[in-house]
Amino acid sequence: MSEPNASKNKDGLRQTLLVAVLLSLACSVVVATAAVGLRPLQQANKQREIQTKVLEVAGVLDPDEDVAEQFRRLVEPRLVDLRSGRFADDFDPARFDLRKAVRDPALSDPLPPDQDLADIKRRERYTVIYLVKDTEGRLRRVVLPVRGYGLWSTMWGFIALEPDLNTVAGITFYEHGETPGLGGEIANPRWQALWQGKRLYNGASEPRLRVVKGRVEEGAPDAAYKVDGLAGATLTSKGVDNMIRFWFGPMGYQRLLANLREQLNA
Amino acid sequence: MATASYKQILLKPIVDNNPITLQILGICSALAVTSKMATALVMSIALTLVTAFSSFFISFLRNHTPANIRIIVQMTIISSLVIVVDQVLKAYAYGLSKELSVFVGLIITNCIVLGRAEAFAMKNPPIPSFLDGIGNGLGYSLILMLVATVRELLGSGSLFGHTILTPVTEGGWFVPVGLMLMPPSAFFVIGLIIWAIRSLKPEQVEKHEFQIHQVHRTEVV
Repeated sequence: MSEPNASKNKDGLRQTLLVAVLLSLACSVVVATAAVGLRPLQQANKQREIQTKVLEVAGVLDPDEDVAEQFRRLVEPRLVDLRSGRFADDFDPARFDLRKAVRDPALSDPLPPDQDLADIKRRERYTVIYLVKDTEGRLRRVVLPVRGYGLWSTMWGFIALEPDLNTVAGITFYEHGETPGLGGEIANPRWQALWQGKRLYNGASEPRLRVVKGRVEEGAPDAAYKVDGLAGATLTSKGVDNMIRFWFGPMGYQRLLANLREQLNA
Repeated sequence: MATASYKQILLKPIVDNNPITLQILGICSALAVTSKMATALVMSIALTLVTAFSSFFISFLRNHTPANIRIIVQMTIISSLVIVVDQVLKAYAYGLSKELSVFVGLIITNCIVLGRAEAFAMKNPPIPSFLDGIGNGLGYSLILMLVATVRELLGSGSLFGHTILTPVTEGGWFVPVGLMLMPPSAFFVIGLIIWAIRSLKPEQVEKHEFQIHQVHRTEVV
Protein backbone atom coordinates (compact mmCIF):
# COMPACT_ATOMS: atom_id res chain seq x y z
CA MET A 1 0.00 0.00 0.00
CA SER A 2 1.49 3.34 -0.96
CA GLU A 3 1.69 6.02 1.66
CA PRO A 4 -0.62 8.81 0.34
CA ASN A 5 -3.32 6.24 -0.41
CA ALA A 6 -3.04 4.74 3.06
CA SER A 7 -3.15 8.05 4.89
CA LYS A 8 -6.30 9.09 3.03
CA ASN A 9 -8.58 6.36 4.39
CA LYS A 10 -6.67 5.10 7.42
CA ASP A 11 -8.59 7.32 9.83
CA GLY A 12 -12.03 6.07 8.81
CA LEU A 13 -14.27 4.17 11.21
CA ARG A 14 -13.92 0.92 9.26
CA GLN A 15 -10.17 1.08 9.27
CA THR A 16 -10.11 2.00 12.98
CA LEU A 17 -12.27 -0.96 13.93
CA LEU A 18 -10.38 -3.29 11.61
CA VAL A 19 -6.99 -2.33 13.03
CA ALA A 20 -8.25 -2.53 16.61
CA VAL A 21 -9.77 -5.99 16.17
CA LEU A 22 -6.90 -7.49 14.17
CA LEU A 23 -4.25 -6.09 16.47
CA SER A 24 -6.07 -7.31 19.59
CA LEU A 25 -6.42 -10.78 18.06
CA ALA A 26 -2.79 -10.98 17.02
CA CYS A 27 -1.51 -9.74 20.37
CA SER A 28 -3.76 -12.01 22.41
CA VAL A 29 -2.57 -15.02 20.41
CA VAL A 30 1.07 -14.06 21.05
CA VAL A 31 0.52 -13.45 24.76
CA ALA A 32 -1.57 -16.58 25.26
CA THR A 33 0.97 -18.74 23.43
CA ALA A 34 3.80 -17.45 25.60
CA ALA A 35 1.83 -17.86 28.83
CA VAL A 36 0.54 -21.37 28.09
CA GLY A 37 3.68 -22.63 26.38
CA LEU A 38 6.00 -21.57 29.18
CA ARG A 39 3.78 -22.53 32.11
CA PRO A 40 5.26 -26.02 32.68
CA LEU A 41 8.77 -24.54 32.90
CA GLN A 42 7.62 -21.80 35.28
CA GLN A 43 5.89 -24.26 37.56
CA ALA A 44 8.95 -26.51 37.58
CA ASN A 45 11.00 -23.45 38.61
CA LYS A 46 8.67 -22.65 41.50
CA GLN A 47 8.68 -26.24 42.67
CA ARG A 48 12.47 -26.48 42.45
CA GLU A 49 12.81 -23.32 44.52
CA ILE A 50 10.63 -24.70 47.32
CA GLN A 51 12.42 -28.06 47.20
CA THR A 52 15.83 -26.39 47.33
CA LYS A 53 14.82 -24.24 50.30
CA VAL A 54 13.41 -27.23 52.22
CA LEU A 55 16.58 -29.27 51.70
CA GLU A 56 18.74 -26.25 52.49
CA VAL A 57 16.99 -25.32 55.74
CA ALA A 58 17.09 -28.96 56.83
CA GLY A 59 20.84 -28.86 56.25
CA VAL A 60 20.88 -31.81 53.87
CA LEU A 61 21.22 -30.07 50.48
CA ASP A 62 23.94 -31.59 48.33
CA PRO A 63 24.68 -28.99 45.65
CA ASP A 64 26.13 -31.61 43.29
CA GLU A 65 23.02 -33.75 43.17
CA ASP A 66 19.79 -33.08 41.31
CA VAL A 67 17.39 -31.25 43.67
CA ALA A 68 14.24 -33.09 42.59
CA GLU A 69 15.98 -36.45 43.02
CA GLN A 70 17.26 -35.59 46.53
CA PHE A 71 13.87 -34.27 47.50
CA ARG A 72 12.13 -37.43 46.29
CA ARG A 73 14.60 -39.62 48.18
CA LEU A 74 14.81 -37.74 51.50
CA VAL A 75 11.68 -35.70 51.97
CA GLU A 76 8.14 -36.77 52.73
CA PRO A 77 5.65 -33.89 52.32
CA ARG A 78 2.63 -34.34 54.58
CA LEU A 79 -0.67 -32.50 54.58
CA VAL A 80 -1.58 -31.16 58.02
CA ASP A 81 -4.92 -29.95 59.29
CA LEU A 82 -3.90 -26.91 61.35
CA ARG A 83 -7.16 -26.83 63.30
CA SER A 84 -6.75 -30.34 64.73
CA GLY A 85 -2.97 -30.45 64.47
CA ARG A 86 -3.08 -33.86 62.81
CA PHE A 87 -1.99 -35.28 59.47
CA ALA A 88 -4.75 -35.23 56.87
CA ASP A 89 -5.22 -37.06 53.60
CA ASP A 90 -7.94 -34.88 52.12
CA PHE A 91 -5.82 -34.13 49.07
CA ASP A 92 -2.40 -34.69 47.60
CA PRO A 93 0.25 -32.46 49.27
CA ALA A 94 2.03 -32.14 45.91
CA ARG A 95 -0.96 -30.20 44.61
CA PHE A 96 -1.14 -27.83 47.56
CA ASP A 97 -0.31 -24.19 46.89
CA LEU A 98 0.05 -22.23 50.13
CA ARG A 99 -0.28 -18.86 48.44
CA LYS A 100 -3.53 -19.82 46.73
CA ALA A 101 -4.84 -21.42 49.94
CA VAL A 102 -4.27 -18.22 51.89
CA ARG A 103 -6.40 -16.28 49.43
CA ASP A 104 -9.13 -18.94 49.11
CA PRO A 105 -12.03 -18.51 51.59
CA ALA A 106 -12.68 -22.26 51.36
CA LEU A 107 -9.12 -23.09 52.44
CA SER A 108 -8.33 -20.37 54.95
CA ASP A 109 -9.98 -18.38 57.75
CA PRO A 110 -9.62 -14.73 58.69
CA LEU A 111 -7.71 -14.21 61.92
CA PRO A 112 -9.25 -11.98 64.59
CA PRO A 113 -6.85 -9.08 65.31
CA ASP A 114 -6.11 -10.22 68.87
CA GLN A 115 -4.88 -13.59 67.61
CA ASP A 116 -3.11 -12.31 64.51
CA LEU A 117 0.28 -11.87 66.16
CA ALA A 118 2.24 -12.17 62.92
CA ASP A 119 -0.07 -9.75 61.06
CA ILE A 120 -0.87 -12.23 58.29
CA LYS A 121 -4.66 -11.57 58.19
CA ARG A 122 -5.66 -15.12 57.18
CA ARG A 123 -4.55 -18.56 58.32
CA GLU A 124 -4.73 -21.57 56.02
CA ARG A 125 -6.78 -24.59 57.24
CA TYR A 126 -4.37 -27.05 55.73
CA THR A 127 -0.68 -26.72 55.19
CA VAL A 128 2.11 -28.96 53.98
CA ILE A 129 5.02 -29.78 56.25
CA TYR A 130 8.10 -31.71 55.23
CA LEU A 131 9.49 -34.69 57.09
CA VAL A 132 13.16 -35.01 56.17
CA LYS A 133 14.56 -38.52 56.60
CA ASP A 134 18.10 -39.84 56.60
CA THR A 135 19.11 -42.62 54.22
CA GLU A 136 17.87 -45.29 56.66
CA GLY A 137 14.44 -43.66 56.77
CA ARG A 138 14.72 -42.25 60.29
CA LEU A 139 13.28 -38.79 60.94
CA ARG A 140 16.04 -36.23 60.77
CA ARG A 141 14.33 -32.86 60.52
CA VAL A 142 10.81 -31.44 60.43
CA VAL A 143 10.46 -28.44 58.13
CA LEU A 144 7.55 -26.08 58.81
CA PRO A 145 6.41 -23.18 56.61
CA VAL A 146 6.20 -19.86 58.47
CA ARG A 147 5.43 -16.29 57.51
CA GLY A 148 4.99 -12.94 59.19
CA TYR A 149 4.82 -9.27 58.40
CA GLY A 150 8.06 -7.34 58.81
CA LEU A 151 8.48 -3.64 58.12
CA TRP A 152 7.32 -3.53 54.48
CA SER A 153 6.32 -6.99 53.49
CA THR A 154 5.23 -10.47 54.42
CA MET A 155 8.33 -12.60 54.94
CA TRP A 156 7.84 -16.18 53.71
CA GLY A 157 10.14 -18.83 55.05
CA PHE A 158 10.76 -22.21 56.59
CA ILE A 159 11.95 -23.35 60.01
CA ALA A 160 13.58 -26.74 60.42
CA LEU A 161 13.38 -28.54 63.77
CA GLU A 162 15.47 -31.38 65.17
CA PRO A 163 13.59 -34.66 65.89
CA ASP A 164 13.10 -33.48 69.51
CA LEU A 165 10.70 -30.91 67.97
CA ASN A 166 12.10 -28.25 70.25
CA THR A 167 15.55 -27.42 68.87
CA VAL A 168 15.82 -25.17 65.82
CA ALA A 169 17.97 -26.70 63.09
CA GLY A 170 17.67 -23.83 60.66
CA ILE A 171 15.62 -20.93 59.35
CA THR A 172 15.36 -19.49 55.88
CA PHE A 173 13.29 -16.96 53.97
CA TYR A 174 12.43 -17.46 50.34
CA GLU A 175 10.58 -14.24 49.80
CA HIS A 176 10.56 -10.87 51.52
CA GLY A 177 10.61 -7.18 50.64
CA GLU A 178 12.55 -5.82 53.60
CA THR A 179 15.08 -2.99 53.24
CA PRO A 180 18.25 -4.23 51.53
CA GLY A 181 21.24 -4.17 53.88
CA LEU A 182 19.07 -3.74 57.01
CA GLY A 183 15.94 -5.89 57.35
CA GLY A 184 16.98 -7.69 54.19
CA GLU A 185 19.73 -9.30 56.27
CA ILE A 186 17.14 -11.91 57.36
CA ALA A 187 18.26 -13.65 54.17
CA ASN A 188 21.91 -13.54 55.25
CA PRO A 189 23.19 -17.09 55.97
CA ARG A 190 25.36 -15.72 58.80
CA TRP A 191 22.35 -14.43 60.69
CA GLN A 192 20.33 -17.54 59.87
CA ALA A 193 23.15 -19.67 61.31
CA LEU A 194 22.63 -17.99 64.71
CA TRP A 195 19.31 -19.84 64.99
CA GLN A 196 20.88 -23.29 64.97
CA GLY A 197 20.58 -24.96 68.36
CA LYS A 198 18.11 -22.43 69.79
CA ARG A 199 15.19 -23.87 71.79
CA LEU A 200 11.54 -23.06 71.18
CA TYR A 201 9.75 -24.19 74.32
CA ASN A 202 10.80 -24.37 77.95
CA GLY A 203 8.26 -26.76 79.45
CA ALA A 204 5.30 -24.41 79.05
CA SER A 205 3.16 -24.53 75.93
CA GLU A 206 3.86 -20.92 74.97
CA PRO A 207 6.97 -20.51 72.86
CA ARG A 208 9.87 -19.05 74.80
CA LEU A 209 12.21 -18.25 71.90
CA ARG A 210 12.52 -14.51 71.28
CA VAL A 211 14.40 -12.23 68.94
CA VAL A 212 16.10 -9.68 71.19
CA LYS A 213 17.76 -6.33 70.62
CA GLY A 214 21.53 -6.48 70.40
CA ARG A 215 23.84 -9.39 70.89
CA VAL A 216 23.04 -12.44 73.02
CA GLU A 217 25.76 -13.24 75.56
CA GLU A 218 27.12 -16.69 74.83
CA GLY A 219 27.12 -18.01 78.42
CA ALA A 220 23.90 -16.33 79.64
CA PRO A 221 21.47 -18.75 81.32
CA ASP A 222 18.69 -18.28 78.76
CA ALA A 223 20.94 -17.81 75.71
CA ALA A 224 19.30 -20.85 74.11
CA TYR A 225 15.99 -18.97 74.03
CA LYS A 226 17.29 -15.76 72.48
CA VAL A 227 18.42 -14.81 68.99
CA ASP A 228 20.30 -11.59 68.11
CA GLY A 229 18.08 -9.00 66.51
CA LEU A 230 19.27 -7.34 63.31
CA ALA A 231 21.15 -4.07 63.76
CA GLY A 232 19.22 -1.16 62.27
CA ALA A 233 16.16 -3.30 61.60
CA THR A 234 14.11 -3.14 64.79
CA LEU A 235 10.76 -3.60 63.07
CA THR A 236 11.89 -6.48 60.88
CA SER A 237 13.35 -8.21 63.95
CA LYS A 238 10.09 -7.57 65.76
CA GLY A 239 8.26 -9.12 62.80
CA VAL A 240 10.38 -12.26 63.00
CA ASP A 241 9.77 -12.39 66.74
CA ASN A 242 6.00 -12.10 66.21
CA MET A 243 6.20 -14.76 63.53
CA ILE A 244 7.80 -17.22 65.98
CA ARG A 245 5.25 -16.41 68.69
CA PHE A 246 2.36 -16.94 66.27
CA TRP A 247 3.50 -20.09 64.49
CA PHE A 248 4.62 -21.91 67.62
CA GLY A 249 1.65 -20.70 69.66
CA PRO A 250 -1.88 -22.11 69.85
CA MET A 251 -2.94 -20.81 66.42
CA GLY A 252 0.15 -22.25 64.78
CA TYR A 253 1.94 -25.57 65.12
CA GLN A 254 1.62 -26.01 68.88
CA ARG A 255 -1.02 -28.74 68.61
CA LEU A 256 0.70 -30.45 65.72
CA LEU A 257 4.03 -30.54 67.55
CA ALA A 258 2.37 -31.98 70.68
CA ASN A 259 0.70 -34.70 68.60
CA LEU A 260 3.91 -35.45 66.74
CA ARG A 261 5.87 -35.68 69.98
CA GLU A 262 3.38 -38.23 71.30
CA GLN A 263 3.67 -40.24 68.09
CA LEU A 264 7.46 -40.21 68.18
CA ASN A 265 7.61 -41.26 71.83
CA ALA A 266 5.06 -44.04 71.38
CA MET B 1 16.52 12.48 10.49
CA ALA B 2 15.95 11.15 7.01
CA THR B 3 19.57 11.52 6.07
CA ALA B 4 20.92 9.94 9.24
CA SER B 5 22.87 6.78 8.56
CA TYR B 6 22.04 3.51 10.30
CA LYS B 7 25.27 3.78 12.24
CA GLN B 8 24.33 7.22 13.51
CA ILE B 9 20.83 6.08 14.45
CA LEU B 10 22.32 3.20 16.41
CA LEU B 11 25.18 5.04 18.11
CA LYS B 12 23.82 8.54 18.75
CA PRO B 13 21.53 7.59 21.67
CA ILE B 14 24.39 5.93 23.54
CA VAL B 15 26.07 9.14 24.70
CA ASP B 16 25.11 12.08 22.49
CA ASN B 17 21.35 11.62 22.83
CA ASN B 18 21.23 9.30 25.81
CA PRO B 19 17.64 8.58 26.88
CA ILE B 20 18.42 8.87 30.60
CA THR B 21 21.04 11.61 30.84
CA LEU B 22 19.89 13.82 28.00
CA GLN B 23 16.23 12.98 27.33
CA ILE B 24 15.72 12.29 31.08
CA LEU B 25 13.39 9.37 30.36
CA GLY B 26 13.14 6.06 32.18
CA ILE B 27 14.49 7.35 35.48
CA CYS B 28 12.08 5.33 37.63
CA SER B 29 13.38 1.90 36.71
CA ALA B 30 16.93 3.24 36.77
CA LEU B 31 16.37 3.89 40.48
CA ALA B 32 14.62 0.64 41.22
CA VAL B 33 16.73 -2.10 39.71
CA THR B 34 20.28 -0.81 40.03
CA SER B 35 21.23 -2.00 43.52
CA LYS B 36 22.67 -5.15 41.93
CA MET B 37 24.47 -5.52 38.60
CA ALA B 38 22.80 -8.81 37.69
CA THR B 39 19.28 -7.37 37.94
CA ALA B 40 20.37 -4.21 36.13
CA LEU B 41 21.80 -6.31 33.28
CA VAL B 42 18.63 -8.38 32.86
CA MET B 43 16.52 -5.22 32.97
CA SER B 44 18.79 -3.60 30.35
CA ILE B 45 18.48 -6.56 28.00
CA ALA B 46 14.72 -6.76 28.52
CA LEU B 47 14.21 -3.06 27.88
CA THR B 48 16.49 -3.02 24.83
CA LEU B 49 14.62 -5.92 23.25
CA VAL B 50 11.22 -4.44 24.03
CA THR B 51 12.15 -0.99 22.69
CA ALA B 52 13.68 -2.43 19.53
CA PHE B 53 10.86 -4.82 18.67
CA SER B 54 8.03 -2.49 19.66
CA SER B 55 9.57 0.28 17.51
CA PHE B 56 9.87 -2.24 14.69
CA PHE B 57 6.25 -3.38 14.81
CA ILE B 58 4.85 0.11 15.46
CA SER B 59 6.81 1.44 12.49
CA PHE B 60 5.65 -1.51 10.40
CA LEU B 61 2.03 -0.62 11.10
CA ARG B 62 2.50 3.15 11.08
CA ASN B 63 0.85 3.72 7.70
CA HIS B 64 -2.19 1.68 8.68
CA THR B 65 -2.60 2.97 12.23
CA PRO B 66 -5.55 5.37 12.58
CA ALA B 67 -4.35 8.53 14.34
CA ASN B 68 -7.16 8.49 16.90
CA ILE B 69 -6.22 5.08 18.33
CA ARG B 70 -2.50 5.29 17.69
CA ILE B 71 -1.45 5.44 21.37
CA ILE B 72 -3.66 2.45 22.17
CA VAL B 73 -2.16 0.53 19.26
CA GLN B 74 1.35 1.37 20.51
CA MET B 75 0.53 0.40 24.07
CA THR B 76 -1.02 -2.90 22.97
CA ILE B 77 2.08 -3.83 21.03
CA ILE B 78 4.39 -2.76 23.86
CA SER B 79 2.36 -4.55 26.55
CA SER B 80 2.24 -7.77 24.57
CA LEU B 81 6.00 -7.74 24.12
CA VAL B 82 6.57 -6.98 27.79
CA ILE B 83 4.29 -9.83 28.88
CA VAL B 84 6.19 -12.20 26.59
CA VAL B 85 9.53 -11.02 28.05
CA ASP B 86 8.17 -11.42 31.59
CA GLN B 87 6.94 -14.93 30.87
CA VAL B 88 10.25 -15.91 29.28
CA LEU B 89 12.18 -14.59 32.29
CA LYS B 90 9.92 -16.50 34.69
CA ALA B 91 10.61 -19.65 32.71
CA TYR B 92 14.35 -19.31 32.09
CA ALA B 93 15.71 -16.89 34.73
CA TYR B 94 13.40 -17.50 37.66
CA GLY B 95 15.63 -16.12 40.43
CA LEU B 96 16.30 -12.87 38.60
CA SER B 97 12.70 -12.45 37.54
CA LYS B 98 11.72 -12.67 41.20
CA GLU B 99 14.17 -9.91 42.12
CA LEU B 100 12.96 -7.73 39.28
CA SER B 101 9.36 -8.47 40.35
CA VAL B 102 7.06 -5.74 39.08
CA PHE B 103 9.73 -3.80 37.25
CA VAL B 104 9.67 -6.01 34.17
CA GLY B 105 5.93 -5.38 33.94
CA LEU B 106 6.59 -1.68 34.40
CA ILE B 107 8.64 -1.58 31.19
CA ILE B 108 5.19 -1.01 29.66
CA THR B 109 5.12 2.40 31.29
CA ASN B 110 8.80 3.12 30.71
CA CYS B 111 8.88 6.46 28.97
CA ILE B 112 11.73 5.40 26.69
CA VAL B 113 9.63 2.79 24.91
CA LEU B 114 6.61 4.98 24.23
CA GLY B 115 8.85 8.00 23.73
CA ARG B 116 10.76 6.32 20.91
CA ALA B 117 7.56 4.92 19.42
CA GLU B 118 6.03 8.39 19.14
CA ALA B 119 9.17 10.34 18.34
CA PHE B 120 10.82 7.95 15.90
CA ALA B 121 8.96 4.78 14.97
CA MET B 122 5.79 6.58 13.80
CA LYS B 123 7.83 8.59 11.28
CA ASN B 124 10.50 6.18 10.10
CA PRO B 125 10.66 2.81 8.32
CA PRO B 126 10.93 -0.41 10.37
CA ILE B 127 14.68 -1.08 10.07
CA PRO B 128 15.86 2.37 11.26
CA SER B 129 13.20 2.22 13.99
CA PHE B 130 14.54 -1.12 15.14
CA LEU B 131 18.07 0.30 15.25
CA ASP B 132 16.84 3.39 17.06
CA GLY B 133 15.26 1.09 19.65
CA ILE B 134 18.48 -0.88 20.05
CA GLY B 135 20.50 2.34 20.32
CA ASN B 136 18.25 3.85 22.96
CA GLY B 137 18.16 0.53 24.79
CA LEU B 138 21.95 0.50 24.82
CA GLY B 139 22.07 4.09 26.04
CA TYR B 140 19.72 3.13 28.87
CA SER B 141 21.78 -0.01 29.55
CA LEU B 142 25.03 1.94 29.71
CA ILE B 143 23.71 4.26 32.42
CA LEU B 144 22.04 1.40 34.30
CA MET B 145 25.24 -0.62 34.37
CA LEU B 146 27.31 2.40 35.47
CA VAL B 147 24.89 3.17 38.29
CA ALA B 148 24.67 -0.49 39.30
CA THR B 149 28.47 -0.82 39.37
CA VAL B 150 28.78 2.11 41.77
CA ARG B 151 25.82 1.03 43.91
CA GLU B 152 26.72 -2.64 44.22
CA LEU B 153 30.41 -1.97 44.84
CA LEU B 154 29.81 0.68 47.52
CA GLY B 155 26.59 -0.80 48.91
CA SER B 156 27.50 -4.48 49.12
CA GLY B 157 31.21 -4.57 48.31
CA SER B 158 30.64 -6.88 45.37
CA LEU B 159 30.28 -6.89 41.57
CA PHE B 160 27.83 -9.32 39.94
CA GLY B 161 27.58 -10.97 43.38
CA HIS B 162 31.34 -11.65 43.60
CA THR B 163 32.84 -10.07 46.70
CA ILE B 164 35.44 -7.43 45.82
CA LEU B 165 35.63 -5.53 49.11
CA THR B 166 34.93 -7.87 52.03
CA PRO B 167 32.35 -6.17 54.28
CA VAL B 168 32.80 -5.94 58.07
CA THR B 169 29.83 -8.29 58.59
CA GLU B 170 31.74 -11.01 56.72
CA GLY B 171 34.94 -10.39 58.63
CA GLY B 172 36.56 -7.85 56.28
CA TRP B 173 37.37 -4.15 56.63
CA PHE B 174 34.85 -2.56 54.27
CA VAL B 175 31.90 -0.73 55.82
CA PRO B 176 29.10 -0.87 53.21
CA VAL B 177 27.38 2.41 52.41
CA GLY B 178 23.78 1.57 53.28
CA LEU B 179 22.48 4.57 51.36
CA MET B 180 23.74 3.01 48.12
CA LEU B 181 21.25 0.16 48.50
CA MET B 182 18.36 2.59 48.69
CA PRO B 183 16.72 3.86 45.50
CA PRO B 184 17.44 7.59 46.13
CA SER B 185 21.19 6.98 45.83
CA ALA B 186 20.66 6.36 42.13
CA PHE B 187 19.61 10.01 41.82
CA PHE B 188 23.00 11.11 43.13
CA VAL B 189 24.87 8.70 40.86
CA ILE B 190 22.84 9.65 37.78
CA GLY B 191 23.31 13.32 38.68
CA LEU B 192 27.06 12.84 38.84
CA ILE B 193 27.05 10.98 35.50
CA ILE B 194 25.07 13.80 33.86
CA TRP B 195 27.52 16.33 35.30
CA ALA B 196 30.47 14.32 33.97
CA ILE B 197 28.96 13.92 30.49
CA ARG B 198 28.06 17.60 30.24
CA SER B 199 31.51 18.65 31.41
CA LEU B 200 33.05 16.54 28.64
CA LYS B 201 30.44 17.53 26.06
CA PRO B 202 29.45 21.12 26.85
CA GLU B 203 27.26 21.22 23.74
CA GLN B 204 24.74 19.05 25.62
CA VAL B 205 24.17 21.86 28.09
CA GLU B 206 23.49 24.37 25.34
CA LYS B 207 21.31 22.13 23.25
CA HIS B 208 19.26 21.06 26.22
CA GLU B 209 16.05 22.98 25.50
CA PHE B 210 16.22 22.29 21.82
CA GLN B 211 16.68 18.56 22.38
CA ILE B 212 13.79 18.34 24.77
CA HIS B 213 11.62 20.05 22.17
CA GLN B 214 12.79 17.62 19.54
CA VAL B 215 11.33 14.62 21.34
CA HIS B 216 8.18 16.39 22.52
CA ARG B 217 5.36 13.88 22.72
CA THR B 218 2.55 16.08 21.55
CA GLU B 219 4.43 16.89 18.38
CA VAL B 220 2.34 15.76 15.42
CA VAL B 221 3.59 15.48 11.87
